[in-house]
Parts: sequence; structure tokens; C-alpha cells
Amino acid sequence: MDVLTLLGQLLNTTLVFSTALIFASLGGIFSERSGVVNIGLEGLMMFGAFAAAVGGYYAQEAGMGELAPWVGVLSAMAVGIIGSLIHAVASITFKADQTISGTVINFLAAGSTLYMVKLLFEGSGETPLLDGFSKFAIPGLSKIPIIGEGIFNSYPTTYLAIVLVIIVYLVLFKTPFGLRLRAVGEHPSAADTLGVNVNRMRYIGVMMSGMLAGIGGATITLTTTGTFAHNTISGQGFIAIAAMIFGKWNPLGAFGAAVFFGFSQAIRNYVQLFEWSKNIPQEFIYMIPYVLTIIVLVSTVGRSSAPKALGQAYDPSKR
Amino acid sequence: MNKLRKIFATDSYIVPLVAIILGFLVGAIVMLAGGYDPIAAYSALFKRVFGSTYDIGEAIREMTPLMLTGLAVAFAFRSGMFNIGADGQVLIGMTAASVVGIKLAALPSFLLVPLAVIAAGLCGGIWAGIAGYLKAKRGINEVITTIMLNWIALFFANYIVRTFLLIPGQNRSEDIPASLSMTFLNSFFDNARLHWGTAIALAAAVFFYVYLWKTKQGYEMRAVGLNPHAAEYAGMNVGRNVIKAMFISGIFAGLAGAGEVLGVFHYQSVFAGSPGYGFDGIAVALLGLTHPFGVILAAILYGTLTYGAAGMSFGADVPPELIRIVIGSIIFFIAAQGIVRWVLKPFYFKRKKEKVL
Amino acid sequence: MSAAAPVVELKQITKRFPGIVANDSISLTLEKGEIHALLGENGAGKSTLMNIVFGLYQPDEGSIEIDGKPVMIDSPNKAIELGIGMVHQHFKLVDPFTVTENIVLGMEPKKGLKIDYKSAAEQVRKLSEQYGLQVNPNAKIHDISVGMQQRVEIMKTLYRGADILIFDEPTAVLTPQEITELMAIMKRLVAEGKSIILITHKLKEIMQISDRVTIIRRGKVIDTVKTSETNPNELAEKMVGRGVTFKVDKKPPEIGTAVLKLNDVNSKNKDGVPVLNGLTFEVKAGEILGIAGVDGNGQSELIQAITGLRKIDSGSITMEGQEIANLSPRKVTEKNISHIPEDRHKHGLVLDFSMSENMVLETYYQKPYNQNGFLNYDIINKHAGELIQQFDVRTPSLETKARSLSGGNQQKAIIAREIDKNPTLLIAAQPTRGLDVGAIEFVQKQLIAQRDQGKAVLLISFELDEIMNVSDRIAVIYEGQIVGEVYPQDTNDQELGLMMAGSLKRGGKTVE
Repeated sequence: MDVLTLLGQLLNTTLVFSTALIFASLGGIFSERSGVVNIGLEGLMMFGAFAAAVGGYYAQEAGMGELAPWVGVLSAMAVGIIGSLIHAVASITFKADQTISGTVINFLAAGSTLYMVKLLFEGSGETPLLDGFSKFAIPGLSKIPIIGEGIFNSYPTTYLAIVLVIIVYLVLFKTPFGLRLRAVGEHPSAADTLGVNVNRMRYIGVMMSGMLAGIGGATITLTTTGTFAHNTISGQGFIAIAAMIFGKWNPLGAFGAAVFFGFSQAIRNYVQLFEWSKNIPQEFIYMIPYVLTIIVLVSTVGRSSAPKALGQAYDPSKR
Repeated sequence: MNKLRKIFATDSYIVPLVAIILGFLVGAIVMLAGGYDPIAAYSALFKRVFGSTYDIGEAIREMTPLMLTGLAVAFAFRSGMFNIGADGQVLIGMTAASVVGIKLAALPSFLLVPLAVIAAGLCGGIWAGIAGYLKAKRGINEVITTIMLNWIALFFANYIVRTFLLIPGQNRSEDIPASLSMTFLNSFFDNARLHWGTAIALAAAVFFYVYLWKTKQGYEMRAVGLNPHAAEYAGMNVGRNVIKAMFISGIFAGLAGAGEVLGVFHYQSVFAGSPGYGFDGIAVALLGLTHPFGVILAAILYGTLTYGAAGMSFGADVPPELIRIVIGSIIFFIAAQGIVRWVLKPFYFKRKKEKVL
Repeated sequence: MSAAAPVVELKQITKRFPGIVANDSISLTLEKGEIHALLGENGAGKSTLMNIVFGLYQPDEGSIEIDGKPVMIDSPNKAIELGIGMVHQHFKLVDPFTVTENIVLGMEPKKGLKIDYKSAAEQVRKLSEQYGLQVNPNAKIHDISVGMQQRVEIMKTLYRGADILIFDEPTAVLTPQEITELMAIMKRLVAEGKSIILITHKLKEIMQISDRVTIIRRGKVIDTVKTSETNPNELAEKMVGRGVTFKVDKKPPEIGTAVLKLNDVNSKNKDGVPVLNGLTFEVKAGEILGIAGVDGNGQSELIQAITGLRKIDSGSITMEGQEIANLSPRKVTEKNISHIPEDRHKHGLVLDFSMSENMVLETYYQKPYNQNGFLNYDIINKHAGELIQQFDVRTPSLETKARSLSGGNQQKAIIAREIDKNPTLLIAAQPTRGLDVGAIEFVQKQLIAQRDQGKAVLLISFELDEIMNVSDRIAVIYEGQIVGEVYPQDTNDQELGLMMAGSLKRGGKTVE
């Protein structure tokens, strides 16, 4: 295989792995920019992956063909939002510790999705295999060397993710909604005294995170695994959190970090093609993304750019 | 005894109690919605646990690592940190115990077993200490580092087992000669896999209590956990306490690992994914309100539920995952105490009136 | 006053919180074009009342009329709609945002879906010109001075078309010159047809600017008087409920040798900006040295440098001749230095510790509290009990968490703990902030008693009155430097103010 094709394929695989992380970390940004820690991204992705598998399956059975995966995505958005509401109610309305209530999401998601799968598919621990999305080559652009194969011959969800990065950036930094969302995460009582409803903004932030993490989970079932089982989501949500922190709560930064994680996932398949890699135990190659994350966190400044009111329930009587 | 009464005299136990009841109710509703019979399911669950001495013994076996990982998470929590990494610390503890137990098998067992246990505790502690160090010196959030360390621990443990301890052609280490099993109980518990790890766990809970509330170091650690700024003003070394707290937390988790490989399996597998000890530990710690004795009670509840879940799926055909919904709901209600207090409100008023009379 | 209906009329407002009646049937009228002062001690219920007017709280009883019409103000939005604006004591500004973003937040001009930043900045500039506020619309909040930040707060209300402005303790953080400017701005606002409620406990300001004064005490209206028909002594008596002398009684100091010496101390913050800039001064036994200055000129860093919480880059800090710079906080404490921190919740107490645990926060590791690594709670409790009695800390029990005590009692507990250590040097940072008159008197008396026992006392305060009344000598800090040293009897507010603003230097390294 020549190097150019290889690079193109590597880029392509990178984006496949990155897509789910991009969606989920964008979700995390909405929640945390509004001041609500969302450690439940993992569970929300699980809800999404499950809903996509089930919704996609029934749509496929109903003969919707090409549209079926999109039904999966819509179901994932809906279930993701419902799941995130648990977090919102506990942490915003009832002022529960945000980290704990995020952990609750992870528990409930792990339990309820598998329970439902077994209920719906007669005790099987896995959903039926789906066709899912197929790659879509953009005419013209896909002929460019390397990036043609790498970027412009991808799943529709990948294109969607990249467009969404820009949209989220504009929403956060150019619109009234974004200004208010960020204000609520930085200084809720300032926003409150100007008539911005703090809790409503936070609900929206958390629900957006549920929706986006849901889509993130959906992309995994619809482009990578084709089914939902107990190990479909195993740690991607936490990696998405790392990507968000890495990217300093900025959509563009999170995008870069997500691509980095996707790349280090993708590269382990490619490294093994080379003779010299035989001497490196495979486990060490698997470790790379996680070790790199720690190294990068060590070399950049810790949490300095986190929203100031992150993690604090808003108590109007303390304004 | 007086002290013990004081701990339970406050109404702090009412909220978790109601939360547990609400959690079971949620589980029942979910079962009804799925077309199952909740009463049959719950009774199958308890029948499974208390059905035979073997099952009781196995349930205790199930509770043991939960106690230790629960204590690990709770201890870090009391010192102001969220240790999501008990999973990795358990794995590292397991690996250390396996390595010592296999490679130093020439030693007499009265030396070998304690050595393997100590190695497990120390290595688990050091693994958690990395996250503590990064937090203390670099201000890096321990939630992220412990998550990353979980993955690194998984791969590292597999590497050690595959490279140094493997039985060729199988996905597990050779048998470990060092054993924590309580074989003298075999006849009574019908060969259930009881081991000394349970005693270690109970001792750890007592240590946790005495250390944190009776000693100078524990005083410092609580001060750092509750208000690091004031602790620093008062001349305490915040960074050192953070590292120490994570180290002790990791020791608890590492000991859990030792119990599993030396007491239960007697070998170590190559794991395909996270074994999930740490996440159970988080649930147990939250359920036990991060108090050491609460953690023990919570581990008993949690262990009963997870061990009984299998019976539920046999006896009433209910997927065992339902138990996770029950546990998740219980933690939800404990965390969002507002909901429980709202449920309790009418009762509270009644009680107060009675007092006046 | 005209015969038209008052712009605001509060009728018998009552607000209860668990355990207290914050407002007890309060009535008040604000006429158009009037500056109406609301005078009362900390905790008298002023802020609660104004939060009701601004829609943050709902009254339990009573009603509010605006321009003669009864209204329900159930949210800040509603208040804004009715033309009410509030300038908060603790500014409600989002630090990383620009001035414009802070002002338009919640009412952003739009172009399509986006915020029209250009027209927003233009509107801000116009408002700034109209009222002579001189605010740069594009500056980030964390880059502008406290005085400027306050003007941004004022502009937030003007941008929303407020006609009724509530100023909550607006002068607490300003220099005397900035206060003069603020007064001018308030006069201009009234001239433009606005009406103002001024919440304050400072009599001087009331006499200077207000038309009428309403005095409240313990949630009740004591009186409403015309400013021209009253005097500070009468107001003070009504506010506190008894005669008060604002002069603190003290003997002339018996000054001994220098205890603490700072010589050319330099320190930079994380961004490499110097925060202590060649700081030099000394504190002698038997005197109270007051450090005057505007918040943010290096006071906190100065305390951190002395107490070992901040590394210094050069210079020396000596305590009774021994170098203490860059020692750990514990080593510093062990040199007989006690410290009443400026933020008692953050630094002074572990709020979720019991009172007795808090009383040994710095000494728990010493005998007899610590015995072979175990704490002897019997001795700790006995010790705490003695201190609590001696300093009259009102706490239900030793087991009570510090969190549930009032601010005054928390401060008393800290002072008890620090004085009990029998220090050679006592550092008191903002020791009376947020306390009522009784507690303030108590704290100031304790400081003077320490000085009379021959201790060196370093007092850091933003309250000029406190500095003038309590100190034996005053050093003024500006941008991390001592720009002047004076004796209280030889100076006045104006001169100190100029020094605090950096436009006048006086005195050398030491004034003999």
C-alpha cells in the first residue's frame, strides 16, 4: 500500500473515531458553560447509542431504507434529552451535587438500556445488526489526494459534526443565547439580576448536552458497531470530557482534542502494519491516548479556563 | 456504645432509608412496565441470597470488594476529592498481589501472603497517589486523571499478566500459590469462597473512622477536604494531605484487588474491559454517605442486590440489569435530598407536633 | 415636593425569614428627583427591603406602588420593566466579558440572529457621554478600576431605561476622590429626572448628598427626616438606638522597638506583574500601624508575604531580627505571629467543623491537644469552652458547626483564637467588615487592648474612618508600594485619599 493512500485512510479512520467524541464534547461544552458539570456524558452516549440501535432497527424493519439511520439519530436525540433531564432535575432544581447526579446518569443508563434491550429482543444482550450509515463521497472534493479520501469520503454524521462545531462556536460567541449561557456559567447572579432566568438557561444547557451526547452515541452504533450491547459505550463519554477540558471549553479546541483522541485510536490499527512495531507490546500502544492526555494536561494550565461558577448550584438567596 | 448511638441518633439515616424504599419502588414500577411481577422478582432475589449457607457465603464474598472500594471512594471524598479511579487501583493491586504471590512462591506462606497483600495495598496507593500528586503539584482535576489512569492500569495489568504470568494458550495467569481463603469455613459454608479480605475490609473501616476523627493527621485531612484555603492559612500542607489522602484511598482499593485474586479466583485474567469495581465503589460510597460504617452497611445492601440479581433473573425472568436501575435511583434520591424531604414533609410535621405534646 | 404621586411608595412591607423578621411593616416614599437615604446598621434590613423593591424577594405583607399605581414585582425583569435599577454593593459583573457585553446582557440588540455588537457599543458610548461616565465600551471588566466597574453597574440600569436607581452601599470600595466623583454623577442623574435611593451606613455621605433620610433599626422604621433638619449625632443615635461616640477611647501609645520589618519586598503574580513593589515599613511594639489603601493595591499580597503564603522575589521580612520571608505558614505562626484573615469564611474558619475544632485550627498538633498522634478532645473542648466564655461568643454548644453562627460571633471566635496564642505581632485584615456597631466596637477595643499590652498590631482596612480612629500611625499603600507615612492627627481624609490614589507622596521610609 502506498503512503498517500495509507495517510488518507488513517485520516478517514481518525474522523470516524472522532465524530462521536466531537458531538459529545460539544454537548459537554453546553452543559459546563452554563455552570453544570456533566460527568454523565458517558451515560448519555449510552442512551443515544441504545436509542439509535432500537429506533434504527424498527425504521429499517418498517422499510424506511436509507432514512432508517436518521430515525435512529432522531431517537437518540430524544432519549438523550430525556436522560439529561434526570441530571437537570437533580442538580439544578434539587441542587444535588452535580458530580454525583452525573454519576447517577451513568448508572441508570447502564442498567436501563440493557434492561430494555433484553425486554425488546427476548432476552438477547444485543440489538439486531443494522445497516447503519454508508459513506458518502462528495463529488469532486473526494478526488483530492489524501484529504479527498480522508475527509470527503466520510459518513454523513462526520460532515454533520464538523458543521456543528462551527455552528456551536457561532451560537456561543455571537448570539444573545450564547452570551446569556456563558454569563450564567460565569456569574449567575449577574445574569439573574438582569432578568436572565438562570435555571432555565441551565436546563437548556444540560438538555443540549443530552441531545448532542445522544447523537454521539448514535454515531457509534450507526457507523462503527451496528448493534448496541453492554460494551458499545465503554469510556468514550469520559474521553469526551477530557477533550472538552483539553479544548478549554471552546468548540474549536474541543474539536481539535477530539480529533487528537480519534487519531490515537486510529493509529493503533495502522502501527501494527509496520514491522518495527512488533517489538512494542500492544498494550503500550493502547495506552498512548490516555498517557498523552495526562502529559498534555500536565504541560498546560489545569482548570484555569473553566467557567467560574462551574459545579455550584445557584442559590438566589445568596445573591 | 454511646458513641455508636450518637452516630445513628441523628435523623441522618432517615433520608437514605427513604431513598432505598423509593429506589425499590422505582424498580417495581419499571418491572411492572416491562410486564414482570415485582413481588416475585424481589422475593426471588432475597431467596437467592438467603437460600443456603453457600449463597450467604458467596454474597459475603460479593460484598467484600464493595466494602473496600466503597471505603476508598469515601475516604477520598472526605478529603475533598472524587476518586473515580478505584477501578484502576484495584487492578494494580491485583497485579501486584499476583506477581508477588507467583514469583515469590518459594517463601513460606506466613511470609508470602502478608507480603502479597502489602504489595497490593502499596501499589494501589501509589497508583492513586499519582493522581493526588498531579492535583497537588499541578492543579489537575483528579476526576480526569483517575479516569485516564483506569485505562492505563487496565492495559498495564494485562501486559504484566500476558508477559510474565501467563499460562501459554490461555487468557489467564498461572495459579497463585498464596491464598487468603478461609478454608476452615468450607464445611459450614458449603465451599463458598470466603476469604480473609472480609476481615481486612472491616478492619479498614475501623481504621478509616479512627484515623479521620481521632488523630491529628485525620483532623488535617478533614480540614483540607472541607476548606483547603483555611487549612493552608492555619499552616497545614494542603498538597501533602491531598497526596496522602489519595494514597490511603488507593490502599483500600488495592487491598480489594488482593482479596479478589488471592481469596476468590486464585489466578488473574487478562481483562477485555474495565471490571467495574470502581464504579460499584462509587455507588457504595454515596449510598453509605461516605461514612465508614455507612459504607459497610451500603456494601451489604449492594452486595445483596447484585448477588441476588442472578436469582431474580432465574426465578422471575427479570433481567439482572434492573438492579442497576434500583441502585441508580437510590443514589439519585440520596443526592437530590430535596425530593426525599418533600416526600417526608407530612411525616416531619406530625413528628414535631408530637414532640410538643 | 410636588403634589404628584411619589415615584415609589412602600406600604407596610413585612418580610420574615426563618427565625427573624427582616422587615417589620416598613413604609417609605420616594419623590421624583429626590435622593432618599436609607440608613441602618449591617443586618438592619436595608438590603432585604431593596431586594423586595427589585423583585428578588416577595414581601409577606404590604404593597408597593409605583407612580401611584399598585404593582406586583415578582422578578428583576418586572422591576426593570417598571424602571427600577439597582447598583449592587458587590458588583454583578462577568469578569471575562467586555463592558458592552455586561451592559447589554439580557437585552441584546440584534442583527439577524447575531448580537449587533457595533450598535451595542455605540449605545454604550452615547450613554457614557450623556452622563459623563467616561467608560470604554470595549474594555474587559478585569482590566478596569473598581470605580469604572461601578459606573458600568450604573450604566446597566440606565441602558434599561431605569428612572429609579437604588445604590447599595456604593462607596464601600471607593477612594475619597472616587466618592466625590460618584456624588457628582448622582447629582447629574437626579438633574436628568432620575430618583435615587441610597443605602448606606455612612453619615457623612448622607449629610452631603441626600434630601431625606429614613432610618431603620432591627427591621423597623425609626424615623424619616429631612437631611437639612438633622445632624450626624442625631442620625447615629437613631441608627444604633443609643448614644455613640465615633471616637475610639485610647491612651497615647507606649512605643517600643521595631518588631516586624519589611525591607524592599518585591513579589510578582502568576502573570509576572509586580504586586509588591519595593515595599518597606516597620511595626513597633505597642503601636497600631494602619495600612490604608484602595482594595487591590497589594494589601492581600502583603499579608500573604508576611504569613508565608506567598513567596517573595527579593527583599527581607524580619520578625524580632529573624528572617521570616519564604518560610512556611506554620513556621511563621510559630514566630508568635497571629493573624485575623480578611475573609473569615474562606480563610478564618472551617465552617463545617465544630466550634471546638475551629478553636485549635493552628495549634491542634501541639501538646496537650495532640498526644502521640491522637487528639485529646476532652482538653480541646475544655479549652474551647474557656475561650468562648471569655470572649462572649454566642454559640448553642461546642459541637455547633461554625457555619450556623452569626458573622459577629464567628469573628469573635477567630479573634479569641488568635489573641489566645499571645502573639508578639497581631495582623488584623479588615477585622470589622460586615459587622454591626456593637461588634465593631468590641473588635476595635480588642486591638487597642493588645497594643496597650505592648504587642505590635498591623491593621489593614479599606475603611478610612477605622484607619483614622484606631491607628497610631498610618502607612498608605498604592500599587504595592508604601507611598506615604503619616500620623492620624497630622492628616485628613483628603490627603489620605490623594495618596491612596497615587497622586501624592508623603513621608520617607519612616516618620520619626
